[in-house]
Amino acid sequence: MTSVIRRRAPLRAALNPAWFALLPMALAAVVVYLGSFLWSLRISLTGSRSLPLHDYVGLAQYQRLFANDRWLHSLQNLAIYSPLYLAGCLALGFLLALLVDRQLRGGGALRAIFLYPYALSFIATGLIWQWLLNPELGIQQAVRAWGFPAFRFDWLVDQDHAIYAIVLATIWQGAGLVMAILLAGLRGIDPDILRAARVDGVPGWRVQTSIVIPMLGYAFATAALLLLTAAVKLYDAVVAMTQGGPGTASEVPAKFIMDHLFGRANLALASAGATVMAITVVALLAPLLYARGRAARVRA
Amino acid sequence: MAAVSIRDLRVHLGGQPVIDGLDLEVASGEFLVLLGPSGCGKSTLLHALAGLIDVAGGSVAFDGVDQTWASPRARNIGMVFQSYALYPTMTVAGNLSFGLRARGTARAEIAARVQRAASLLQLEPLLARKPAQLSGGQRQRVAIGRALVRDAGVYLLDEPLSNLDANLRAALRRELKLLHQRLGATMIYVTHDQIEALTLATRIAVLHQGRVQQLGTPGDVYARPANRFVAGFMGAPPMNFLEGRLAVSGGTPRFVAAGFELELRDYEFRAAAPVDGEPVVLGVRPEQLRIGAPGSWTSQVTLIEPMGNHQVVWFDCAGSGWSALSDSDAGPRVGARIALAVSSSPVSLFRADNGTRR
Ligand SMILES: Nc1ncnc2c1ncn2[C@@H]1O[C@H](COP(=O)(O)OP(=O)(O)OP(=O)(O)O)[C@@H](O)[C@H]1O
Ligand SMILES: [Mg+2]
Repeated sequence: MTSVIRRRAPLRAALNPAWFALLPMALAAVVVYLGSFLWSLRISLTGSRSLPLHDYVGLAQYQRLFANDRWLHSLQNLAIYSPLYLAGCLALGFLLALLVDRQLRGGGALRAIFLYPYALSFIATGLIWQWLLNPELGIQQAVRAWGFPAFRFDWLVDQDHAIYAIVLATIWQGAGLVMAILLAGLRGIDPDILRAARVDGVPGWRVQTSIVIPMLGYAFATAALLLLTAAVKLYDAVVAMTQGGPGTASEVPAKFIMDHLFGRANLALASAGATVMAITVVALLAPLLYARGRAARVRA
Repeated sequence: MAAVSIRDLRVHLGGQPVIDGLDLEVASGEFLVLLGPSGCGKSTLLHALAGLIDVAGGSVAFDGVDQTWASPRARNIGMVFQSYALYPTMTVAGNLSFGLRARGTARAEIAARVQRAASLLQLEPLLARKPAQLSGGQRQRVAIGRALVRDAGVYLLDEPLSNLDANLRAALRRELKLLHQRLGATMIYVTHDQIEALTLATRIAVLHQGRVQQLGTPGDVYARPANRFVAGFMGAPPMNFLEGRLAVSGGTPRFVAAGFELELRDYEFRAAAPVDGEPVVLGVRPEQLRIGAPGSWTSQVTLIEPMGNHQVVWFDCAGSGWSALSDSDAGPRVGARIALAVSSSPVSLFRADNGTRR
């Protein structure tokens, strides 16, 4: 009797209506994502210019790619940008979440200032940042006008600092998302746990580092996952703020790929860049997904 | 080892007064048990004593030093939360030692104290586990352990044994009593369990509607409840009540109701002397009734509740449902007529209008 039931159980699971409902979505995801990845891979092994060809040139496009100064500079910029962006967003987002959670004065205002930017396109907000960071119009000019004529804040037009200007502006956007995710996590913490720590005489910062942050492990991993993919996809902020300049000082891989796809009609080189980025993302995400899964298990 | 004195304490939660002008003096080394119905503010009072919620008025002092606005850390309190509130990402050992580590206690000292608490609470095999991997009762023991490893002046325990099985509960009850004798610490202990209250307490405070209804030794609260609320709350099965009047003629006052009369020979009236015809409520505990004695009145049994070593006999007394206790084997049957008498120990009388003890 029991063996009959056991044998039929997988069948019943397979016939679960929820799976039926999800099937088209799952199929689309596999076909679209995997399909376009394989298509890019295929094109990257050809000599395609503005139209896809079906010849075979081996890894020649990859050799050209890694001999290209602009591409190497893009990768270098991404290597500077990603960790700073991640750390900045997580730190600022966490502080904001704490402030909002405690409903300190200005909590509502903080939420508005940091959450709504995330809903806006960076093409719009990037323009505002361009004004703010523009030496002749923005912060530099304002502070000089307040009576500090020696004040300098010209990162946007400085070869060595342009990428940091982009870090600054995109953190403002990304921190709102982190705040929203962590705030949901914070709201889920039993207030008695924090009270117990206060009775135990644990100083406030230690409560955060030893209790709150570990309890938010899953939320942090989720936020990091989203930020990392956003960092790799970084494109609109650069276009809106610097167009990759001055020179190639703030070029990033996504912009390199877009430019070669559409501007320079070099389909094969762009596909090679896209393939490299896709493989890098998977290599970076795998450990994060693993850590997130672990955090979920610990929490359960 | 600190005396706790609470004066005119007021606490508001969500705009509602939860504690409303509460006065309580707890002597150093005392074991005070807080009893009260669910939602009467017991946990709120403990939280206010620990400094975890702001008070709306009044004062809290430990050993004469005002602590009303002191931080929880400065009050040096050990506390067991009703919800356990264990640190979920730390192991049991981590939970026990975190407070000590945060206060910079020496390593060897921490290890020794954790070891002692773990063996007392039978937690040794669980030290490496996380709270999520423990049963409710095991979590509760960790919560007790976390409070006990601390060298606190006052321990606040919020229903610390509520989730344990009967054997472990009785064993830990005795351990807590021994621990209290050994440490001599002041303990304030919330419970719903009357056995716990009666066995552990040096004094019991019964809380209701944000105020202390009665404060006294367990024997006092049980035998001489200060009002009808306390009388009905303490004791299972509950005290039997009957509305009637006082009759004062020829020296000995009597309680008179329709078809019922009782001489109040040794009753100690509080305040004013009894007045003839004064409306009162009589309160008699089930164990003060004797069945089968050459009695004052008879009644018909309506229900029997067997309790193992005794049984509860329910019957009708002048329109009110009353209960009495009897032996299991020799007891009456449902429908039988029984003779009843009130034994010599003092009954209770309450004013009919406001329910205070007469
Ligand atoms: N945050 C809050 N806001 C408003 N009212 C609250 C809040 N917390 C508790 N209360 C109310 O305060 C009263 C006292 O709550 P408390 O937790 O102290 O009860 P308790 O005596 O410990 O009950 P129990 O025996 O069920 O634990 C309850 O009526 C409850 O509804
Ligand atoms: Mg409570």
